[in-house]
Amino acid sequence: MKYSSQMVAKPYFIFALILLAGEIVFGLAMGAQYLYGDFLFPAIPFNVLRMVHTNLLIVLLLFGFMGATYYLIPEESERELWSPLLAKITFWVFAAAGVATILGYLLVPYATLAELTYNNILPTMGREFLEQPTITKIGIVFVVLSYILNVTMTVVKGRRTTISVILLTGLFGLAFFFLFAFYVPENLVMDKFFWWFVVHLWVEATWELILGALLAFVLIKTTGVDREHIDKWLYLIIAMTLISGLAGTGHHFFYIGTPGYWLWIGSIASAAEPIPFFLMILFAFNMAKNRRIQHNNKIALTWAKGTAIVGFLGAGVWGFIHTLAPINYYTHGTQLTAAHGHLAFFGAYVMICFTVISYAMPILRGRAHGNGVKAQKVELISFWMMVIGMIGITLALTAAGIIQIEMQRLPDSAHAIGFMETQAAISSVYAIRLAFGLMVLGGLLTYFYSFFVKEAE
Amino acid sequence: MSERITKNMARNIYFGGGLFAILVFAGLTVDTVQKIPELSHDDKITESVALGKQVWENNNCVGCHTIMGEGAYYAPELGNAFQRLGASDEQAFKTYLAGWMAAQPLDTPDRRKMPQFHLTQEQVNNLADFLIWTSRVNNQEWPPNIKG
Repeated sequence: MKYSSQMVAKPYFIFALILLAGEIVFGLAMGAQYLYGDFLFPAIPFNVLRMVHTNLLIVLLLFGFMGATYYLIPEESERELWSPLLAKITFWVFAAAGVATILGYLLVPYATLAELTYNNILPTMGREFLEQPTITKIGIVFVVLSYILNVTMTVVKGRRTTISVILLTGLFGLAFFFLFAFYVPENLVMDKFFWWFVVHLWVEATWELILGALLAFVLIKTTGVDREHIDKWLYLIIAMTLISGLAGTGHHFFYIGTPGYWLWIGSIASAAEPIPFFLMILFAFNMAKNRRIQHNNKIALTWAKGTAIVGFLGAGVWGFIHTLAPINYYTHGTQLTAAHGHLAFFGAYVMICFTVISYAMPILRGRAHGNGVKAQKVELISFWMMVIGMIGITLALTAAGIIQIEMQRLPDSAHAIGFMETQAAISSVYAIRLAFGLMVLGGLLTYFYSFFVKEAE
Repeated sequence: MSERITKNMARNIYFGGGLFAILVFAGLTVDTVQKIPELSHDDKITESVALGKQVWENNNCVGCHTIMGEGAYYAPELGNAFQRLGASDEQAFKTYLAGWMAAQPLDTPDRRKMPQFHLTQEQVNNLADFLIWTSRVNNQEWPPNIKG
């Protein structure tokens, strides 16, 4: 560790991992409810489980990004963080607000939570992924602004690199597009249209900038490849991200009451969305091949290559499968969407967090050259358990989606099977999905265990 | 490929391409916002429809159901509930919905469960009006069939 203020990243990493465990546990509970409708009902209905599951994901990724930023920005800027104290305060405020919100979801009915938090004054609740009470959303804005202020001041006062500037661009974009979470018009179509400005423009535009910057940082550190070379790749990746990703939002505007031209624009632009992810694979493997140093932290590089590949599979390939309008006409809102969502979020965003944590955590714990051989071996096992588990979930949900489309969507109204009957027919596939979910949890627990592996000297 | 492209060229592609993408997207956004009122029959949003949307949101219905294909995939699509469950008859749909909401949760072992939301008669009526309005949005003839 070159700068002592990098230490503030540690609690962010640890908390992100704890939230990930929570996310997976709630995911398993949903998987069980898919099979046994009475499981946990009425104590925790499905919509509450799902809200906790997805909100934990979003918050853990934000914690992961923040931790990663606080770790890399001092090194990139070649100076201490502008205000380590502010970073510490931000951590506790965000953690407390997050925990309080989750408890609110679990302890009172959602409508009561809306009442208790005066949702009627500025209604923003009850929309997918943006279920947080308005007061929590305002809190998120303050947390993100103080975080951006801290990072910006550090970058401005220190050395500016391509990585830090692109990271900041992504963060400003993240903050800007979150503001659309406060716009909830009476017209459902307008509401849906701008809802995607948060959701799509986060995960398929601004977050990809953050992802690219974090990946580039870890690649520089673990391969020793020349910065000029890395920067060039980074620019190409994010250029393709913006060119395909912005108009690519159109693949969400097919069947929600928006104009018909989106069928064409959305299909064409989003067909190019796998390109930046494919470039990331070339990037990671090229840099690994041309490496100038043999870093002892091999597992960090494994995660870096892994995030590039699984991100491409989940976001690129599984996105492309149903991104063309004539296909999406039948796949829209089926389990195929869930399949894509799971692998994309895991591959692109959860795995980049693992990449940074795997690289940075050993250093923060005083092991400059990475963990010992034994610990890395355990971590490698956890890597494969989680990756195979997630791919298993994705394949199961893909099969479920295909059966659903065949029974419920393809036949005409007279012959199509209803939603509930179709779901009943798929239940064995949901059992397989749950089994792979358990494997992911096993992988995460193995990962936790790798922190405590003792090395024989 | 990568040898022929210099860092400066890559940066110019990023700034040029990014700016172009932003402008295109902004232009399309402006156009879409102008067209949505007609496509969605904005003038038909009564006070009851607006209140119904709030009932929909305050009870997190989208946490289980989809509406025009968006939401969770645990429970049936409701964008065309008016046609599927009410046979496109407003009175029939409202009667059906009131009965359905009152009967939750159904007493069928291990069937997926819908909670009891304790909605007032007026709230159910608002919700019905919201779903009826939604079912009439011009959304490129989606879903493919009545089953949603």
